[in-house]
Amino acid sequence: MAAVTADQKTQSTSGTAKAAGTEAGPAGTAPEAADAALLAAFDAAVAADDRIEPRDWMPEAYRATLVRQMAQHAHSEIIGMQPEANWITRAPSLRRKAILMAKVQDEAGHGLYLYSAAETLGTSREELLDKLHAGRQRYSSIFNYPTLTWADVGAIGWLVDGAAITNQVPLCRCSYGPYARAMVRICKEESFHQRQGYELLLALSRGTEAQHAMAQDAVDRWWWPSLMMFGPPDDASSHSAQSMAWKIKRHSNDELRRRFVDICVPQAEALGLTLPDPDIRWNEERGQHDFGAIDWTEFQQVLKGDGPCNEQRITQRRRAHEEGAWVRDAAAAYAAKHTTPSARTAQHAQPAQHVEETA
Amino acid sequence: MSAALALGDDALVLSHRLGEWAGHAPVLEEEVALANIALDLLGQARVLLSLVGDEDELAYLREERAFRNLQLVEQPNGDFAHTIARQLYFSVYQHLLYERLAAGDGRFAELAAKAVKEVAYHRDHAEQWVLRLGDGTAESHGRMQAGLEALWRFTGEMFQPIEGLDAAGTTAAADATAASATTGTAGATTTTEAAAAIGTAGADGSGSGVDWAELEGAWLAAVTATVERATLTLPTGARTGAWAAGAGRQGLHTEPFGRMLAEMQHLHRSHPGASW
Repeated sequence: MAAVTADQKTQSTSGTAKAAGTEAGPAGTAPEAADAALLAAFDAAVAADDRIEPRDWMPEAYRATLVRQMAQHAHSEIIGMQPEANWITRAPSLRRKAILMAKVQDEAGHGLYLYSAAETLGTSREELLDKLHAGRQRYSSIFNYPTLTWADVGAIGWLVDGAAITNQVPLCRCSYGPYARAMVRICKEESFHQRQGYELLLALSRGTEAQHAMAQDAVDRWWWPSLMMFGPPDDASSHSAQSMAWKIKRHSNDELRRRFVDICVPQAEALGLTLPDPDIRWNEERGQHDFGAIDWTEFQQVLKGDGPCNEQRITQRRRAHEEGAWVRDAAAAYAAKHTTPSARTAQHAQPAQHVEETA
Repeated sequence: MSAALALGDDALVLSHRLGEWAGHAPVLEEEVALANIALDLLGQARVLLSLVGDEDELAYLREERAFRNLQLVEQPNGDFAHTIARQLYFSVYQHLLYERLAAGDGRFAELAAKAVKEVAYHRDHAEQWVLRLGDGTAESHGRMQAGLEALWRFTGEMFQPIEGLDAAGTTAAADATAASATTGTAGATTTTEAAAAIGTAGADGSGSGVDWAELEGAWLAAVTATVERATLTLPTGARTGAWAAGAGRQGLHTEPFGRMLAEMQHLHRSHPGASW
């Protein structure tokens, strides 16, 4: 494994160099000629909209970017269970309770798909979770906001899942095959959740005066954080250009954000709720809505760890993991005792040599 | 007491307890599994409660004394071993009971036939974890044994006949009367229940054909087999629960239950008449 990693490093250097727009390093040596051929094949595959698969050669920076993005995505699913699980025991009807439980269960499932997809890049779920717990990898900043009323469950479904879908549907065409395939499955379920959230808010909006007010308050609190889910503005987004060149990303942050606002404005009207932005208005010339300025200071603050629930979310995640350690140890000890020697050999023979192959 | 209410409350309350695990499970696969079981149980509860009346009125507007669930299912989650011990005791019981109901031609036969498939999975999940925790590490072994011990006392209640679900209707009434003799303060309620049972048992239960003594024997055999395979020891203490065996079915619960209901019902009760 160590030799393989070193080999990847060599490859990655040339990959990064090419990606950064410089010429490939000094020509003439055999390994570099081979690298250049691999990189050319990779670039051609991306250009042709072919899928990059786990055993294909890829630039190390491409691999690292995907691991970072997929891990963050997986972590968001897992941390994202918390604000909604907060209302499972208080759901106001059995039907809503069943819907919410199913949704939180789906999120755990999405986390599992995404960790599996990330593992195809040569990392492990354990390693990624350790990084999350150590604060070395992020999750979506949106989950650092609290769910204060039942209507927040609806607002999360409508706005947060809505923003996630807007972001994620293009990922179904992402250049990395395992990620793209995970997203196809995830997006289907997310769309379902989003409709349920919308329907929850609609029931509140058309309910009693108190229910309507609860719905409006939730939308007022979740609107701006949802817009922040698209990330910093294009001129301040550090990874965007490279991700777009690699076809990991298909649209810019601002482009997706504008698309989301255009989707939400008529939906808010249909809900009988208002969006907390007096500057939203139709721009005939652009054929899109204009909207007010986002408070990027708040965004940076939440990202830095100083949002309303950052501490609580990560503490609960760490605690679940630590308090579950003895259970995982027990399962491992049991498996070791009850696995036959031949089965054990077969398991050890399996680990994929993921970088042997060329594109 | 209606049998649908008793079975429905068991499923509702245990589902709620399992729902409390969301976001706290030891491993992601268990987040999925526990939520899955909770959802199955909630689905069963909704069908059963709807046989009695409006599911939400029954779930959200009854007070503690009107709930008919077993004291076992209302017990707090504790650690993972505690939760698994509760799952083992209940899912083996529910599986054996639903198998018998499905085999009969009573009013629950169809419902039980559908639910028994889910419950077989719940039982397998619980048994597999008892094996892993019991025969895992020294720590997990100790915790699993402690979980089995702590909940053992609540297991006797499961075999107190539920009116309408026994082969001979009058047996239930006789047992209920016998139980009332031992429950002291619960006597008045129990006598009323027993009187009601004489009138209704057999009416909706003919053909359900549950032989409770036989059910208890099958349960003990199954639980013993799993516990021993897991290198654990079957507890030996009394099995009468708090108050007496059968008390949960009479609406006599343990203290944590009221707090659970307060949380569960708060929002619904805060908006009388609202729909959600």
